[in-house]
Amino acid sequence: MYYPTFARRSDPFALMRSMLRDFDPFTPTGITQPVFPAVNVWQSDDAVAITAELPGIDPADIDISVKDNVLTLSGERKAPQVPEGARWHRNERSFGRFTRTIRLPFAASDDKVEARMAHGVLRIVVGRPEEDKPKKIEIRAA
Amino acid sequence: MSSDMSRSADTTRDKTPAETPETTTGGRIYRPLTDIVETDDGVTLMLEMPGVAAEDVNVTLEKRVLTVRGKVHTRTPEKLQLAYAEYGEGDFERAFTLSDDFDPDRIVAEVGNGVLTLTLPRAAEAQPRKIAVKGA
Repeated sequence: MYYPTFARRSDPFALMRSMLRDFDPFTPTGITQPVFPAVNVWQSDDAVAITAELPGIDPADIDISVKDNVLTLSGERKAPQVPEGARWHRNERSFGRFTRTIRLPFAASDDKVEARMAHGVLRIVVGRPEEDKPKKIEIRAA
Repeated sequence: MSSDMSRSADTTRDKTPAETPETTTGGRIYRPLTDIVETDDGVTLMLEMPGVAAEDVNVTLEKRVLTVRGKVHTRTPEKLQLAYAEYGEGDFERAFTLSDDFDPDRIVAEVGNGVLTLTLPRAAEAQPRKIAVKGA
């Protein structure tokens, strides 16, 4: 097989991925089951924010709990309802229960945690307790 | 925090980049994970496009090629700095070649919780028809 479109590529692995897909169309793009969900962590002096992509998950199926400095995110990805006798042509998405724990840089209390979900992206903001915030030390003239 | 997270970074995997030419803006384009289910009435496609609102999805059908594009609105949280990243944010794009027997006017697209569901009903004349065989 010749892949002429790969002659000028910025991504050196694109050709390899494309060939692998040609050889085995039924292997999902992920070779091993990765940790789900992938998270991004944002930080500031006052808070830590965690964002995660959870497409297709009802916010009611997600559990978030915080104990000391450990935040646990768990839930279930439900498989879509398909009518009897339906034929699957592609099954790249995965389903099932998931749990992810994230260690926070400080001990947080439950009332300082706020979670929002928009278009399948979850955003958790954990406020830093007042006593844990960095304090500015003033320098006085001697 | 750091040791825990560097370990998990080895096992998490970012989304697959789309096999499209580079963008002029330098943004990334990802290939949405897709499930395709066929029934006698038609085909249903489910594409994972987290962060894409219904009004930012663009579905076109031209010369049997169904192209799906989703624009992500990256909202960098105020005053927060990215400390650790496992996934990237970018638009989604993927194209599928359809067989001829779909009615383009009856394609239904819905977005819910970051998943785009496309329902393609089979054209009426393409529904399997049984041909009666008469004895000679």
